[in-house]
Amino acid sequence: MKNRVKVLRAEHNLTQADLANAVEVSRQTINAIEKGKFDPSLILAFKLSEYFSKSIEEIFEYGK
Amino acid sequence: MKTNEWQLQKHKNLKLLALWTIGWMLSMALITFGPVYLWNDGKILTLSAFVLNLGLGIGMIISNRNYINGADELEKKMTFDAMAIALGVGVIGGLSYSALEKSSLININADISYLVMLIAITYLIAIVAGKLRYK
Repeated sequence: MKNRVKVLRAEHNLTQADLANAVEVSRQTINAIEKGKFDPSLILAFKLSEYFSKSIEEIFEYGK
Repeated sequence: MKTNEWQLQKHKNLKLLALWTIGWMLSMALITFGPVYLWNDGKILTLSAFVLNLGLGIGMIISNRNYINGADELEKKMTFDAMAIALGVGVIGGLSYSALEKSSLININADISYLVMLIAITYLIAIVAGKLRYK
């Protein structure tokens, strides 16, 4: 699954640790999501969506 | 960066798990060596040590469950992957050893502690591999 987390984080001038703290996960989790190594749960996707004020579809793109 | 409630709870869970584990290990040493070196096979004291060991063991299990429940989703995934591998290696390794021993292909007297060590080492390696994989 592709995502725009890294781009959005940069636009908001946040470090991985800042974003991790805001959505209550570890920095490693944010890093793994950005690199496409780990797909977040629906709850975490909603948290990111709420934090960036974007819809889930604007952040994540489902693709095989 | 401010440490939030979630991280504080996670650290608290980890400290509790460490304390329960240390307590359980000490009680394990007590029940193993106590009857021989401390109270000369006294049944009441051995039974007391057993009850203490069991109680601390139950506390450690609950504490471990709380720690895993409090971890974030990637940490949970790494833990479950490591547990699956450790359990698999333990079952396969244990049963394979048993089969080889019954068929007299090997003659090594293995203790249950070897199986525990195998599971623990496999779990540690799997956790490190998971950390490196999602680095």
